[in-house]
Amino acid sequence: MLHEPATPAAKDPSGPYKIKLGVRMFIVYMVFYAIFVAINLIFPKAMGMIVFAGLNLVTVYGFALIIFALIEALIYDFLCHKKETFYKKQEESTGEA
Amino acid sequence: MAITIFLVFVFFVIGLSLFLGNKTKTSKAYYAAGGNIHWGVNGIAFAGDYLSAASFLGICGMIATLGFDGFLYSIGYLAGWIVALFVVAEPLKRLGKYTFTDAVDANYNSRGIKLTAAISTLVVSICYLIPQMVGAGVLVQPLLGLPHAWGVIMVGAIVITIVATAGMASTTYVQFIKGLLLIVFSSILVGAVVVRGLSTQPDQGGTVEFHRYADLSAQISGDQIVVDDPKYTVLDQQEIKGGYKFVNLSSEGLETWWYVSETGSGIVLHETQSTVLKADGKWINGAIESDSNTLRMVGNLEKIDGEGNVETGKLNVFSFLAKLSDKDTIFRTWKTANFVDSANQKVTVYYPQLVTGDQFMRPGLKFKVEGTGLEKLDFLSLMIALFLGTAALPHILIRYYTVPNPASARKSTIIAIAAIGFFYILTLFMGLGAAINGSINPADSNMSAPLLARSFSEILFAIISAIAFATVLGTVSGLIVAASGAVAHDLFDRYLKIKMTDQQKVRAGKITAFVIGGIAILLGILFKGINVSFLVGLAFAVAASANLPAIIMLLFWKKTTAKGIAASITIGILSSLILIALSPELYTLYGRNPLDAPVPLNNPGIISIPLSFITLVVVSLLTQKKKEIE
Repeated sequence: MLHEPATPAAKDPSGPYKIKLGVRMFIVYMVFYAIFVAINLIFPKAMGMIVFAGLNLVTVYGFALIIFALIEALIYDFLCHKKETFYKKQEESTGEA
Repeated sequence: MAITIFLVFVFFVIGLSLFLGNKTKTSKAYYAAGGNIHWGVNGIAFAGDYLSAASFLGICGMIATLGFDGFLYSIGYLAGWIVALFVVAEPLKRLGKYTFTDAVDANYNSRGIKLTAAISTLVVSICYLIPQMVGAGVLVQPLLGLPHAWGVIMVGAIVITIVATAGMASTTYVQFIKGLLLIVFSSILVGAVVVRGLSTQPDQGGTVEFHRYADLSAQISGDQIVVDDPKYTVLDQQEIKGGYKFVNLSSEGLETWWYVSETGSGIVLHETQSTVLKADGKWINGAIESDSNTLRMVGNLEKIDGEGNVETGKLNVFSFLAKLSDKDTIFRTWKTANFVDSANQKVTVYYPQLVTGDQFMRPGLKFKVEGTGLEKLDFLSLMIALFLGTAALPHILIRYYTVPNPASARKSTIIAIAAIGFFYILTLFMGLGAAINGSINPADSNMSAPLLARSFSEILFAIISAIAFATVLGTVSGLIVAASGAVAHDLFDRYLKIKMTDQQKVRAGKITAFVIGGIAILLGILFKGINVSFLVGLAFAVAASANLPAIIMLLFWKKTTAKGIAASITIGILSSLILIALSPELYTLYGRNPLDAPVPLNNPGIISIPLSFITLVVVSLLTQKKKEIE
């Protein structure tokens, strides 16, 4: 298996921000996931409760975990892009100056 | 017709892969091509790469036989992408390295890390290969009528030949086509399931006669069971660990095994299916196995909303799930018992268990969340391993960097998460569809999704089997390439420092491909019958135990040392594999009673992952002063 990327890694001033943001968003998702696991362990019968359109809690929560992963990914992309654009503009204005 | 469609599609995909692979003869050309691909295409290719047949076959099969517990795998696999995207991808990129071995060795240049990381890549690749090979055997069996072993050998031979001769790369466009087709045709299948609705006497559109399983009343006289109906004579009685009882009855020359359950007023014998290994061959349901005597497909609802003998007609996605979740809906599920009878013959009995809808549609049938502390621990162990496993798979991270810039990489991942998430929601409907449409092979849950497709149309069955088969080919080839690279490049070249010319390196890679392919074929045959999603879950546990602690601590803890990483990888691999080998599921594979297994957990994650982290911390702290660049 080859060991090089498609393009060389360029310097990325927004890197530290993205790493911090990623860890924070991971913790948010992990808590959401952990609550799902905890309810199954501590109140397993509660997962059979009908909560929406005839669906039980575990089905709704399971779908929510899948959809929430996508929502978080979209938010992450938006915030990262915003920061990358900021640094790019800063670099351009510094270059012009 | 079905075989023709299957073969045409498979050869098309192989041909396309060879054509595109041969066009990109140099490594730079391969990656440069990947670098120009639109993030939308790359995202679906991600999904095509990730959604192995194990996802499709294994999860659907587990949901069909064990209800919501199978869907836990879907949730866990998808959640793992969050760890990969948010925690690992960005900091790993800043290291400037894109494979597991190079990343963990980036700051140390340690021979210990090179060796252990290469072995880890090899072990995880083999663990991931096993379910793919089992899946290959499953797909080929109903379509081509070949025994499982021949399907496994066929896939292994095709892939080894292609990898060793043309060096097939699962290029992005091929993965894109496969991923798109898998999602499109799975959506069609789900639509068909929902439109067909529910029935207590499923007959697969009138093509298969519904078999109603009988019950007999009986009494206990001393130690003996006596059937009320004088037409039946008791030949044998057996009880297995756990208190499950079975009787062998003879009636009109036919010998069949029945499951015993006790009620307040007496005992009831429930009709089962059974296989008995006699001296003259395998007997199924009292007669010798033949083309006209095979195990019946199973899976149906006994009652819908409390009513028997009903059909609902067309439903929508919400009403479909709602009716199945109702406590007055009853599923007829099937369990397996293995024992030796009084004539010293091996018997396998598939016996029914009625389960209410509210029990079937929440965790509990496989993972005993209402059970003992140890049983709850098994569930917790699984959820941890699945959550942490994706980010630790060597062949996943590398895909993230085949696009030109970080924004494209993120967008690709978002498309992948959306596609994978949508597909996993479809698996819930496909699994439930198999559970209620008589599409389960009691001896092998992996066949549920293809058999469900067959219950609608041979053409749909052929197309879906072909897509799944092509997916297996792609995944297997990718894993064999990754594993051969670990051996040829990481072990021979960088660790053993064996000087080789480019030609010799390529040759070493091809020889390795043969050896690993051979091992994969053997293991794929040995693990027949085990649910492939369960096997992938084990691969995730090994990856999470061996690789993830090293990646995480290397990125976020400055005191990590080379010896700490090497020790952590070693302990992670050994602990996870040993725990798996001593688990109940593997004991069933050995032909032994799972209750005899010394380790009560089916998934080792809750022990092996923390153990690996602790090892890394302890060894790193003990070797702080000895940290050196070799």
